[in-house]
Amino acid sequence: MATVSAPLRAARRRRSWTGWGFIGPFMAVFALVFLAPIGYSVYLSLFRDQLIGGNHYVGLANYRQALQDAQFWESLTRVSLFLLIQVPIMLFLALLVALALDSGRLYGRDFFRIAIFLPYAVPAVVATLMWGFMYGTRFGLVGNINDAFGISLPDPLSPDLVLAAIGNIVTWEFVGYNMLIFYSALRVIPHSMYEAAEIDGAGQLRVITAIKLPAIRGALVIATIFSIIGTFQLFNEPAILQNLAPNAITTDYTPNILTYSLSFSGQQHNYAATVAIIMGLLTMVVAYVVQLRGMRKDA
Amino acid sequence: MSAPATPLAPPRRRPARLRTPRRPAAGPRRRRRSLPLTLLTGLVLLYALVPLVWLFVNATKTQAGLFDSFGLWFDGDFALFSNIADTFTYDDGVFTRWLLNTLLYVGVGAGGATFLAILGGYALAKFDFAGKRAVFAVVIGAVAVPSTALAVPTFLMFSKMGLTNTPWAVILPSLISPFGLYLMWVFASEAIPGELLEAARIDGSGEIRTFFRIGLPLLAPGIVTVLLFTMVATWNNYFLPLIMIKDPDWYPLTLGLNAWNAQAATAGGEAIFHLVITGSLLTILPLIAAFLLLQRYWQSGLAAGSVKE
Repeated sequence: MATVSAPLRAARRRRSWTGWGFIGPFMAVFALVFLAPIGYSVYLSLFRDQLIGGNHYVGLANYRQALQDAQFWESLTRVSLFLLIQVPIMLFLALLVALALDSGRLYGRDFFRIAIFLPYAVPAVVATLMWGFMYGTRFGLVGNINDAFGISLPDPLSPDLVLAAIGNIVTWEFVGYNMLIFYSALRVIPHSMYEAAEIDGAGQLRVITAIKLPAIRGALVIATIFSIIGTFQLFNEPAILQNLAPNAITTDYTPNILTYSLSFSGQQHNYAATVAIIMGLLTMVVAYVVQLRGMRKDA
Repeated sequence: MSAPATPLAPPRRRPARLRTPRRPAAGPRRRRRSLPLTLLTGLVLLYALVPLVWLFVNATKTQAGLFDSFGLWFDGDFALFSNIADTFTYDDGVFTRWLLNTLLYVGVGAGGATFLAILGGYALAKFDFAGKRAVFAVVIGAVAVPSTALAVPTFLMFSKMGLTNTPWAVILPSLISPFGLYLMWVFASEAIPGELLEAARIDGSGEIRTFFRIGLPLLAPGIVTVLLFTMVATWNNYFLPLIMIKDPDWYPLTLGLNAWNAQAATAGGEAIFHLVITGSLLTILPLIAAFLLLQRYWQSGLAAGSVKE
């Protein structure tokens, strides 16, 4: 008995180290660029660098400061508003297109699928510059339309409308990506479920609400979580639009722009790390709640 | 999580066509094309394509033509080729330098990220090792951490290590793709039969040799998918190089284009919007071409990933 189990155990132990040989390189880099910065920012957030006294431990004082900071709340309110309006519009549009593709009733389905996805391959910089130019009243489409019809459309880059203008850019970039996630999930629904519905005489709408939507709930939750993460770290689009709309976009427009300005214009690294940690925690909590609610079987 | 994942999602319509003709009306009725639905979806198609058409049309105009012609139609003189030439020669050919930088970041960053994800996914799928559950928990948790929240501390850390303003500052963080690792894990679990690896081991093949000779070829569609998505992420990266790179000689295309655009707003800066637009067009063409040419691979790869989710 012992003679059999000893080599077996040895084999198993050797195999366990082989696994680490393959995942080791990933984990090493992961520790350097994920775990170490997280640890470092927690450390930074507990200290303060002052002219008098130098670097010293302040406990949670930076966190208290952030939670009472009007700039921080203003930026957080702005991305929350964005989250409540842009994300549902984008996901709903993506879902409609995915259902249309999946219905099998479109002419040129494959062309639709690839063409609507294409904006995902466009860098945020190019997407923002492109839309920013089109929004422009000088050589943009808005200017063209104004000239052609002798009207004066409201300037999309004015302070009142710029958030909606950013929402449009983000929707354009990601509607196809989300559509593809939904479509991929729809395609693997077993055909037998539709046959059962057909026998029951269920209509298209009933098939969608009773079969398709429940079947792709996982994909819906994942897309929502990705969108929440993306929204809370909104940076590229407003930051690049700043050149075209300097008055509309402030240095505390989103939490991420605030972090960036704090660290690179204000040299307030400790405070910037604190804001980043608060946003990271908030993102994780919201994502977790969405997952819990979304994955509940009786929801 | 337990649903079976097939590398190539079976097309559902095909069985419908081959079905026994017991209820012949059912199949054709469902697959009847609808013109109104096509037109309605066409609106979204227009929304997706109009900006790209605008970009192409305006890349054919001179700086003056941009201001006095209609945005969605061509101007009198077709200046696309002179614009392309100008883009590459402006400011001693700095655009070429940015292009090469981007290729470096994408080649090493996305290539490396894909390689690490393949190795890691293979390990998670095919080996039992101590701490496997912990690895899962940490990496899945990391997906929820906003990567930009890490950027500032990473910058401070890298500046202490003397890495900022060097290509490493952009490449190292690009090497990690939790989504890529996840996708490769799903793929490796499905595409590589354990018995095949066992047989190779019994034949005396070493683990590394087994991986390269048996594992790697079976993972090809998954590899293309992960490579494409990490390529998009690094090619399009803006925030990370913005923080890490101060020297325009190390800019990737994204930072360079933004600098060209910002130039018009600076005192005495020359407005070169026609070059910004042409440069933008040149920047997106390689990725669009890659997605179009490789669609068969990445779409099946995504389908496999979405089932596990």
